Amino acid sequence: MNKKTSLMFLAFAVLAILSGCEPLTVFDSKGPHAETLSNTIILSIITMAFILLIVYALLAFMLTKYRASKTPDDYEPPHEEGSMALEITWTVIPIIIVTVLAFITVKTTTSVETTPEGYDNTEPLVIYASSSNWKWHFSYPEEGIETVNYVNLPTDRPIEFKLYSYGPITSFWIPQLNGQKYAMSDMVNTIHMAADEIGSFMGRNSNFSGRGFAQMEFEAQTMTQEDFAEWVADVKANEEPLTEEKFEELLAAEHVGRSSYSSTHLEFSPPPMEHSEMDMTDEEMDHSNMDHTTDSQEESKETHAH
Amino acid sequence: MSMEEIFHPMQEPMILMAAISIVVGAIVVVAGLTYFKKWGYFYKNWLSTVDHKKIGIMYIAVALLMLFRGGVDALLMRAQTAVPNNGLLDAQHYNEIFTTHGLVMILFMAMPFVIGLMNIVIPLQIGARDVAFPRLNAISFWLFAAGCGLLNLSFIVGGSPDAGWTAYFPLASTEFSPTVGNNYYSLALQLSGLGTLMTGVNFITTIIKMRAPGMKLMKMPMFTWSILITNVIIVFAFPVLTVALALMMLDRQFGTQFFTMANGGMDMLWANLFWVWGHPEVYIVILPAFGIFSEIIATFARKNLYGYKSMVMSMVVISLLSFLVWAHHFYTMGHGVMVNGVFSITTMAIAVPTGVKMFNWLLTMRHGKISFTTPMLYALGFIPIFTIGGVTGVMLAMASADYQYHNTMFLVAHFHYVLIPGTVFGVLAGYHFWWPKMFGFRLNEKLGKLGFWLIAISFNVTFFPLFILGLDGYARRMYTYSESTGYGPLNMLSFIGALGLAAGFLVIVYNIFYSWKNMPRNEKADVWDGRSLEWATHSPVPEYNFAVVPTVTQLDEFWFAKKEGRDITAGKFEKIHMPNNSAAPFWMSGFFFLAAFFAVFSAWIPAIISLLGVFGFMIARSFEKDHGRYISVEEIMETEKRLRGDK
Repeated sequence: MNKKTSLMFLAFAVLAILSGCEPLTVFDSKGPHAETLSNTIILSIITMAFILLIVYALLAFMLTKYRASKTPDDYEPPHEEGSMALEITWTVIPIIIVTVLAFITVKTTTSVETTPEGYDNTEPLVIYASSSNWKWHFSYPEEGIETVNYVNLPTDRPIEFKLYSYGPITSFWIPQLNGQKYAMSDMVNTIHMAADEIGSFMGRNSNFSGRGFAQMEFEAQTMTQEDFAEWVADVKANEEPLTEEKFEELLAAEHVGRSSYSSTHLEFSPPPMEHSEMDMTDEEMDHSNMDHTTDSQEESKETHAH
Repeated sequence: MSMEEIFHPMQEPMILMAAISIVVGAIVVVAGLTYFKKWGYFYKNWLSTVDHKKIGIMYIAVALLMLFRGGVDALLMRAQTAVPNNGLLDAQHYNEIFTTHGLVMILFMAMPFVIGLMNIVIPLQIGARDVAFPRLNAISFWLFAAGCGLLNLSFIVGGSPDAGWTAYFPLASTEFSPTVGNNYYSLALQLSGLGTLMTGVNFITTIIKMRAPGMKLMKMPMFTWSILITNVIIVFAFPVLTVALALMMLDRQFGTQFFTMANGGMDMLWANLFWVWGHPEVYIVILPAFGIFSEIIATFARKNLYGYKSMVMSMVVISLLSFLVWAHHFYTMGHGVMVNGVFSITTMAIAVPTGVKMFNWLLTMRHGKISFTTPMLYALGFIPIFTIGGVTGVMLAMASADYQYHNTMFLVAHFHYVLIPGTVFGVLAGYHFWWPKMFGFRLNEKLGKLGFWLIAISFNVTFFPLFILGLDGYARRMYTYSESTGYGPLNMLSFIGALGLAAGFLVIVYNIFYSWKNMPRNEKADVWDGRSLEWATHSPVPEYNFAVVPTVTQLDEFWFAKKEGRDITAGKFEKIHMPNNSAAPFWMSGFFFLAAFFAVFSAWIPAIISLLGVFGFMIARSFEKDHGRYISVEEIMETEKRLRGDK
């Protein structure tokens, strides 16, 4: 076996061990961003397996060749100060590896933090995802509908989730579509994704947020754009609008099942500032809007406090 | 707070059992001391000691005790998650247990174990008679013990912290965490943190000012170097924790809004402050382990450490970088590509000096003559297992990929792969290595090796499956999961591994009793054919450490002196100045403990009265005229004769 085939063999062995029979969730990507991440992870595993191999080979060599039982009784090890050449070698090679990985990191981070490639011309679907106690609220401002604990997504269209929280920090995560991002009470984070396939995917809060954390899951269902439009029309026509009282009731509850509404909470309980807005100077900010935001946030927190 | 609320945790049967076992344990200790009439001995020789060796032994004793407390927590967690939808623990109890597991293992097991070993070894390794400030050292220990006691008390009285060992706000605020649990968090960590900060000051001074004549910085043993750097990190990092905890206490008990959701409080400010301390903290517990492995690998390969200068340099670089990587703990908070990119690069950069150390250890063994003693097994087990932790660390450092690992079992597996083969193997290696120096007899090698193999194998069985579970989307800190996730079998495997780990640690403790009864007492001072100064004095070490302080001309002076047939401890005896024992640190920390305990329940008047007690001791100390005492030449001669006569 030459070096290249043995390396390939090793890579496959590692992947086989890691993936078992079915592919693991993180490698079972259903969207461009999740795929980028999956590829990044596989590449890093192969690189790391290579490093492990070198260390293990060196260790095995030292332990078999220089064990006391293999050396003569009167053997006395020499005094060795170290070697400049070797020191430089094992400093420079890791620096090269790290530089390459750093380059890949910056490139892939940039990529997954923006609209997926090839979707730039399509208008993104904006969904506000907010967490309260141990549930998720999804508001579709454009469509004027809201859901709890499930989110329907059209395929082949870029999606932008705007994340915030009515309580502790939570982390919004649909591993098969993209990595996670925090939802916090004092600012809005944006996460981009797109789905290539129709299916039902696990979504959850991955950041510990108290007693009901383990059950804080939601279902992300992807469907064709026609099915999606049909579902929106159906919710619009058949569900009750979300009133302020009803929303406060929802916020106060610990766990609830799924529900749908023909209006969103964004009008009476708007989200906090966008992360990028926080860097603005006072003059740039729209004060009338800001004050309103803060006040209604405060109110909703107070009702939430018990 | 009503009595009912205070004793609320006792309604849980498991907590009641734990409470009963703590009370029974305390009664047994008190009864034992009374029955054997050892109170006077205990008070005079241990509670009021300022001897660095005894303080070190007490640190290690508490660390072992806490290893079991944290270990039982771990076993309960693994048992709860071994099967889907398990009902062994409820969510609240599980949350308290993983929170205290983290706190206990890092702050009350790893830290005191490291500090214990440095207490015992550092003055000996540099040829000093004690640390620079012996009484301060005692205060450090008793403050640590007070903090440790306070945190453990939370389990019984009032409820344990339950917001994770990271205590992220706003979850840890009174709004979402209304019990006193997180008051215990801020106050217990504050007490022990103060102690640690004092240790930092003490050991930097000791190593800078009290080295044996001729021991230049670049002639210090590698363990001493690692401890010097560790303590510099402590002095820079711990004040951040002090401030963060004070702000936390103000938020929770005085209504300020630093980290809360209202009035401009910033939840991520806590996360930043916590990790500005928290990441260097990781290096505080890992660098000493690197130092210990350096000593042990050189000793049992019978060769000097390869690349001494680059070993020192790499630790200095690691210590600097350790302060520049904290934001990698929350790549997912939404700071832009620029910030994430910078922190990815600084984090990955740490792999370079760590790799340098790894290759130097490997090359130390080349042309060596390796004997597989228990300490050496830990050092050799460290290399392959820790490397897995290291390379997965590089994987986690990549911000983009971290969006998929963050908050998952992959992360949990990674940091256990760093902390257990790094810190835990390190302190266990040091513990087996220096045990004969502490007590004058060895630990049984057969039991030691059995313990090592049980731990090394079970460790991998416990934690490797977690890498796979993490990649399968298993978030950490979930008290249960449904069967349909398919996480069951690997979790069961992990639980079986945890049982093996428990067995390994039981063997280690059993070895203390076994060796105490069976191992020969006439060990020579230099049991392992060592290289540094601690092996030049008797085992167990006399109070004054060295009758004659050795003079050093090179690294590994003791080793070369042995080869050349020189006795570096020969010379004329002179009277030795030693510090007096004092019970003040013990009582002062007792008042500290009371003040903190009352403060937990916001009982401010008794808390202030207790603090007055603390100030009372400080005032008394400033008027105290204590110039220490001298050990006469006759006494030294007698002691030396007795210790040498044994051999």
